[in-house]
Amino acid sequence: MSERHGMGGDPEETLRLAERVVAAAEAAGAGEAEAMVYATESALTRFANSEIHQNVSSAELFVNLRFVRDSRIGVASTGRADDEGIRALAARAASIADNVEPLEEWAGLPEAGRAAPITGAWAEGTAHATPELRSDGARAVIAAADEAGVGAYGSFSTEASAVAVATSRGIRNAERRTSSRLIAVTMGPDDGTGYAEQGGVDAESIDPAAVGREAAERARTSVHPVDIEPGDYPVVLNHYAVTDLLDYLSYLGFSALAAQEGRSFYEPGRRVGSPLVTVVDDGRDPAGVPEGFDAEGVPKQRLTLIEAGICRDLAYDAQTAAKAGRRSTGHGLPAPNPWGPLPTNLVMTPGDDSFDELVGAMDRGLLVTRFHYTNPVHPKRMVITGMTRDGTFLVEGGRIVGPVRNLRFTMSYLDAMANVEAISRERRCLRGELGWFVTPALRLSSFSFTGATRAG
Amino acid sequence: MSLPAARRITPFALQHTARALVTLAAMRDLTARALDTATALGATYADVRVVRRLEESITIKSQRVEGVHSGESEGFGVRVLVGGAWGFSSSHHLSLDETDRVAAEAVRIAKASATALRTPVTLDDRPSVHGRFESPVIEDPFAVALDVKIADLLAADRALNDVKGIAYSESLYAAQREWKTFAASDGSYTEQVITHVGSGLEANAIDGDEHQRRSYPDNGGAWASAGYEYVRGLNLAGNAERVASEAVELLSAPPLPAGTRTIVLHPSQLYMQVHESCGHPTELDRALGTEASYAGTSFLTPDLLGSFRYGSEVCDIVADATVPGGLGTFGWDDEGVEAQRVPLIKEGIFVGYLSSRETAPRVGRRSGGAMRADGWNRIPLIRMTNVNLLPRPGMSFEDIIADTDDGLLFETNRSWSIDDRRLNFQFATEVCREIKGGKVGRLYRNATYTGITYELWRSMDAVGDASSWQMWGTPNCGKGEPVQSGHVGHGVSGARFRNVRVGVMG
Repeated sequence: MSERHGMGGDPEETLRLAERVVAAAEAAGAGEAEAMVYATESALTRFANSEIHQNVSSAELFVNLRFVRDSRIGVASTGRADDEGIRALAARAASIADNVEPLEEWAGLPEAGRAAPITGAWAEGTAHATPELRSDGARAVIAAADEAGVGAYGSFSTEASAVAVATSRGIRNAERRTSSRLIAVTMGPDDGTGYAEQGGVDAESIDPAAVGREAAERARTSVHPVDIEPGDYPVVLNHYAVTDLLDYLSYLGFSALAAQEGRSFYEPGRRVGSPLVTVVDDGRDPAGVPEGFDAEGVPKQRLTLIEAGICRDLAYDAQTAAKAGRRSTGHGLPAPNPWGPLPTNLVMTPGDDSFDELVGAMDRGLLVTRFHYTNPVHPKRMVITGMTRDGTFLVEGGRIVGPVRNLRFTMSYLDAMANVEAISRERRCLRGELGWFVTPALRLSSFSFTGATRAG
Repeated sequence: MSLPAARRITPFALQHTARALVTLAAMRDLTARALDTATALGATYADVRVVRRLEESITIKSQRVEGVHSGESEGFGVRVLVGGAWGFSSSHHLSLDETDRVAAEAVRIAKASATALRTPVTLDDRPSVHGRFESPVIEDPFAVALDVKIADLLAADRALNDVKGIAYSESLYAAQREWKTFAASDGSYTEQVITHVGSGLEANAIDGDEHQRRSYPDNGGAWASAGYEYVRGLNLAGNAERVASEAVELLSAPPLPAGTRTIVLHPSQLYMQVHESCGHPTELDRALGTEASYAGTSFLTPDLLGSFRYGSEVCDIVADATVPGGLGTFGWDDEGVEAQRVPLIKEGIFVGYLSSRETAPRVGRRSGGAMRADGWNRIPLIRMTNVNLLPRPGMSFEDIIADTDDGLLFETNRSWSIDDRRLNFQFATEVCREIKGGKVGRLYRNATYTGITYELWRSMDAVGDASSWQMWGTPNCGKGEPVQSGHVGHGVSGARFRNVRVGVMG
C-alpha cells in the first residue's frame, strides 16, 4: 500500500513528482518526456427538496506521461505516486511508443518557458473550506427559499488543486489553484422555477443568502407561465445563458485544430458578431479563475478571439502551432488530445448598460434566464438547439409583464452574436462546461424559438 | 453484432498482471477497517467500494495514429448514514491510516448534512449479499497485442480515406475494465470484474460551410460488455467505403424540408430516443426532485405510476441488468442489490421506475438495483441499466419499411436535446432517406425531428421483431454533481411513428 500524498494545494510536491516521472521515462529510454501532475482535494454539498441529500469529498491524483522516442509517442496515466507505480507508468508509455509508427510531423515538445506567477488564483477560505461551511451555505439558500415559499435545490462546491508540468526540455511550471461555486434552482407551486449562481476563486466571497434570494425571487415571479407562440423575438440573455454561447465559441470555433481540419467557422478577419462583441481568452484575468499555464506547461497568452465582431486569433497548442509555423499560445489539453487546443478562460468585454437598461429598452421580447441541454445541430454553422429553463419572461414596453412557458430554440450562435445590440456593464464570473468565463448579459435584436411545450 | 458464446476470464490472474495496489488479503482488512471506523464513529449504515480501473484507447485521425493512451486509477470511497443523513469521502491513498481518515471524514460530512435534513433516509431491506460476478469475455482486449489493434483500426481508417472527397477521418477503439469490491456494514461482500469495449469510425466531408459526418456503427463508436471479439465482429473495414461515400453524397443532398411526416427510426437512432425520453424520465431520483439542480426532473411523477398512458399498446420497455452484452449489465449494483429486470412501460402504460434502496420505498416498491457510481471517487446514483424497447413479433424492420407508403428513415444520431422534464425533444441524424411505396429512396441532409415525449410514443404503430433487435451502448451518460459519466445500454429493433414534425433548422 502507498504512503499518503496530500498534494492538493502543494505545487512544490507535485513538481517533484513530475520530475520523478520524467526521470523514470528517461531511464526507460525516452528521448523526450512530459509529465503533468494534477492533485486535487474537492468537496461538494448538494441539496434538494430543501434538505441536504448528497455530500461528498475526494482526494485525487492524476499523473500523465507523454513518452517520445524517435517521434513515436505513447501516453499513459496513473493515480499512483509510489516508485513502483511510476516505473509501471513509464513502462506502459514506453511499450505504446514501441508499437506505433513515428509521427512524421512531430514538432517536439514545447520549448522551456517559465510561467510568471499568477495572482489571485488561490484563496485560503476555499482551500480550508469545511463541510460545515458548505452546509451553512446550503441552509442559507434553503432559508431564502422557505421565506419565498419555494423549494431549494442546488450545490456548493469547493476545490483546491496543485498542478505541475515538467519536461525533458526543461519546462518546470507549478502552481496552486482554488475554485468554488454555489448554484441554486428553486421550484415552487404552479410551475414557478428560478436559478442563481455565484462562483470564483474564493468560497468566502460567495453570498449564499443572496444566491438564495435571487433564485427564490425568480421562482416566485415565474408562477403560472403562459403559452407563447414560437417565433423570432428580441431577447435579453441573462449572464447564465450567455455562458452557453461562450462554451460553443470555444468548443466549435476558436480551436486551431478545428480551423486546420476545416470544421470551424473561423476565418481570420471574418465578421461573426456585431461591432459591440469583443471576446478574449485571458488565463491571468483575476476577474475569472486564473491559470498560468496549460497541460503542456506553456504559459497562457492573452488572446483576442473576436475584436469588435471580427475573428482575430485562435488558441494553439504545440502541435497545431508547429503546423501553423508559430508558437503555442498555451491552450493545450492533456495528451493524447485528438480534440485540439481550447480557450477555456473567456472574457467578454462589457458594455455601458445596466441589466435593467437592457430590459428597459426592449419594446416586446423575451428575457431568458438560462439554457438547458444544448447541442449542435450543424456545428460548422454553429446552429444550436436547446431549451430555456428556470425563468423565461415576456417583456413589453421595457417591463417584465409575466412568465412564459419554456421554449425550444434552434439558432445559429453566429447569428446570435451578430444580433447583439447591447451589452451589460456588470459581468459575472461563471463556470461553463469548458471553463470559467467572465460574462455580461446581452440584448439581441432577434432570436429564433422553434418549439414550445404546451400546458396540459 | 450478435455476441458469440462467452466464456469467463480469470480476473485475479489479470489483477496480478496489472499489479493492483491492494492484495486480496489486504482488501478484506481495508474494507473491514473502513466499516469498523465508520460504525464506531456513529454510522448506522456504511458501505465501502474499492475500485481499480484500467483503460486503453487508440485514436486514428486521417491514417495517422493520433493518440494511444493507457490509464489506470485505483481508490476507495466510504458512504455512511449518520442520523438519517448521508456522508461520503474517498481517496486514492490505499492505506489503513487513510481509511480511518476517510471514514471519519465521511461521518463528519454526514453530521453536517444532518443540519439540513427534513426526511431522514431509510433504506429498503435486502438480504446480505455475497458472491463474484465477471462479465463474459472471449478475447481479452487487454491481452490482444497493441500493434494488432492499431493495425485493425488503421486498415478501417485507410478504407475511409480511399474514398475521394473525405476531408478527414477519425477512428477509435477503447476498452475499460473495472475490478470492484463492495462491502457493507450488514455483512455484504461482493467482487465484480466488468469489461467494456467500443470501436467505430467516422468520415467527414466538407464543402464551404457544409460539413457532413458519417459514422459506423454509431457516432462515438459502438460499445458492449464484451471482449475484442466484439470489435472484430463490427467489421469496421468492411463498412468504411459505404459510410465514407455517404458522407460525400450528403454534401450535395437537399436539406430535409419542414413538415409533419411518418418517420421510421433505425435502431442506431431509436436507442437514443429511448435513452433520452424513457430512460431518464423513469429515474426515480429525477422524479423525486433530487437531480433538479443539474439534469432536471421528470414529467413521470409518482402519481402517474400504474395509470399514465406513456405510449401506444405496442410499447413495452424494461430496465434489464441481466441481458448479455449490455453496458448496464452487472451482478449487483453499487448498493449490493442483485441485477434484475424491471418493467418500466407495459403495453404503453407507465408501470415502473429505475430505483434505489432509498427511493423505492417512497413509492411503495423495493429497489430495482439501479445504483451505480462512476469510479471510486463518486457516490452511486440511479442510472439506467439496459433500458430496452422489447421487440414485437409480426414485422421485421425491413417489413416496417416495406409497409410504409410515404415516410422518412432516420439513421445514426447526430445530436440530441431535451428539456429538464424530458418532454420536449429534438434530434438530428446523420442520414435521412425518403420512403416511398415501401422503398427507401432519396437522401436528405441536416435532418431533424422534434416533438413531445408521450405524443411520440403514443404515435408508435410498429416495432420491429427480434431479427433486428440488438444492444447499443452509451458510454458517456452525464448525471450528478460532481458530474459522473455512466455506461448504459439499450436494446432496440427499430420502430415507426406517425405525424412527427421534421425539418427544423431555425
